[in-house]
Amino acid sequence: MRRAEIITAFILGILSIYLMWKSGEAPDWNPDVARFDNIGLIDGEGPGSGFWPFWLSAIMLICSIWIGVNWYRRASPPSQSEEEFLDGYGRRMLFVVGGGLFGFLILIEVVGFYVAILAFMIYYVRFLGRHSWWATLSISIGLVVASFFFFDIAMRIVLPKGLSEPLFIPLYDIFL
Amino acid sequence: MDILASLFNGILVALEPINLGLAIVGVIVGLFVGAMPGLGSVNGVAILLPFTFVIQGFTGGATSPMIFLAAIYYGAMYGGAISSITLGIPGASTAVATTFDGRPLALAGKAHLALVAAALASFAGGTVSNVMFTAFAPLLATVALSFGDPEVFALMLLAFATFVGLGGDDIPKTIFSICIGLVLATVGFDVVSGEPRLIFFDITGFSHGIRFLVLAIGVYGIGEMLWTINTSRYGSSMSNVDVSARAIIDAIKDFRHAWRGTVIGSLLGFFVGILPAAGATPGSLMAYGVAKLTSRNPGEYGKGSIDGVAAPEAANNSASTGAMLPMMTLGIPGSPTTAVLLAGMVIWGLQPGPLLFTNQPDFVWPLIGSFYISNVIAVLINLAFIPVFLWMLRMPFTILAPLIFVLSLVGTFAAYQDMFDVWLMVIVGIAAFFLRLLDYPVAPAVLAIVLGPIAEPKLRQSLLFSDGDFMIFLNRPIAGPITVIALILIFLPLIKLIRDKMRQSA
Repeated sequence: MRRAEIITAFILGILSIYLMWKSGEAPDWNPDVARFDNIGLIDGEGPGSGFWPFWLSAIMLICSIWIGVNWYRRASPPSQSEEEFLDGYGRRMLFVVGGGLFGFLILIEVVGFYVAILAFMIYYVRFLGRHSWWATLSISIGLVVASFFFFDIAMRIVLPKGLSEPLFIPLYDIFL
Repeated sequence: MDILASLFNGILVALEPINLGLAIVGVIVGLFVGAMPGLGSVNGVAILLPFTFVIQGFTGGATSPMIFLAAIYYGAMYGGAISSITLGIPGASTAVATTFDGRPLALAGKAHLALVAAALASFAGGTVSNVMFTAFAPLLATVALSFGDPEVFALMLLAFATFVGLGGDDIPKTIFSICIGLVLATVGFDVVSGEPRLIFFDITGFSHGIRFLVLAIGVYGIGEMLWTINTSRYGSSMSNVDVSARAIIDAIKDFRHAWRGTVIGSLLGFFVGILPAAGATPGSLMAYGVAKLTSRNPGEYGKGSIDGVAAPEAANNSASTGAMLPMMTLGIPGSPTTAVLLAGMVIWGLQPGPLLFTNQPDFVWPLIGSFYISNVIAVLINLAFIPVFLWMLRMPFTILAPLIFVLSLVGTFAAYQDMFDVWLMVIVGIAAFFLRLLDYPVAPAVLAIVLGPIAEPKLRQSLLFSDGDFMIFLNRPIAGPITVIALILIFLPLIKLIRDKMRQSA
């Protein structure tokens, strides 16, 4: 945990510097404006477009250094802890659940929301949760049907369907 | 006396079968929409606005459609708390602060206490603001109108100052969290100069900005779930929840311990609600911050304080009524939802403004009467449905967790209909999980992204007005004291820290 604390503070410090640099970016269409011209007060216009994000990022940088100082002085609980940042269970959890979520997102892009919901629910409820097939399928199919009627039919919010689009055309003909 | 007679007549009209029926349906719809992550009162009101033309065609006036929409608004304010408490995902931005203590209560098996406190505090907040609305409408509208840019920025600064007290004890992490929320709020196009800002790696998805719900659902839907799975391990259910009628009645009796948060939320929420461009979210957040700062046991906040649930819930209901005030008396909406309501009023042929009360009493008073009726309907329906909401918590965690993941993804897409936001939400959630492991408070970042777009233009317009002189925030009669209080709140933890160090070394 102690090592993770200083590594995170370092990454956040770099992020703050990147945000400061990015805040000072001049618009492409105006070659007369140099980088960081927009972070101060401009005559007749008040603060420039980069004023607010630049100085807030500068405060973030100061806070990152402050967190580093606290780490050195062992003043914060994570900087005193010798525990692992993520133990074996945590790493496995992140892999199966976090990985499952990214798989869900990729499936949405390919086969659309409803088929992806069905696949993700079966993956989680049946294979991670080890519930019976009966429970898995009734919950998964119930959720898909309820979502379709709530979003697509009642709220008229059409969720992407990807390759599964043709399956829904008969349903639109009936309910819309 | 005239006001009381008008109000009485208004309530009678609101109790007519058609209006009463519309209020009941509106509250139920609002409750459902509010509880749905990704959808808030503004979605419900906007989606159902076209339906009100059917109602107007049937009843012939603007009163019944407005009662229907106002009931949705009310119901959504109650509903937001349900998912905040039971699922840990704020149903809407107005219920983010409810998550801070509602969620720990649910995890400790006391979700019924949180749900009852949320319902009763919402009722109290709604009632207090209704009474204040009825009595002081024209006067308060004038006060709100005297708030210029420096005053609104000072108020925002005060809200940020309360964040410092909101986070854990780690001050640099809390300030970092506030600042990153404010910086992320600037992504997209600068509304003042029109220049693009912080469009990372030229990805076009960033040009519309990082939306509030992307951050909120990421943090509270994905991040919170990962954290809970990591700490509670597989197989454990969320909590042991008592759903008996006896437990609910006991929870109603226990509500007396939440009186302080309720009073603070009701009064502060109303005042913040009437300010243009403020609304229920800053109101609920400030109420939480003030309740914590003035509490004898601030350490209880964030761990399951009943006051911590009551304060934001009383405030968001109070603010939602308060936000109607500038809309009706000045024609200035106090929140996005009232902006939609205002549009509805114009479409129905009404002219919102100072003359509305004198020219359209047949519209105004039944509407105000319906606020009272909808408030009663909402609390009764909410209390009756608490066992159903609690039932959700009895589900095995391996079923509840994927349901929450699915709701988070679908809710994010439903809100903006953009897959970029769904991807960003998941990435934000995983980042929030890592930061949470290291004790970074993430709530201030979520709230800062809401207030950032209000605060920045106010700061820039104030400095433009003062030729870059920051004293504008100190030398104006209303802005000055608010700024001073905010600065004291920001520096108080630092002063305490230095004092403790000096004591230790002495």
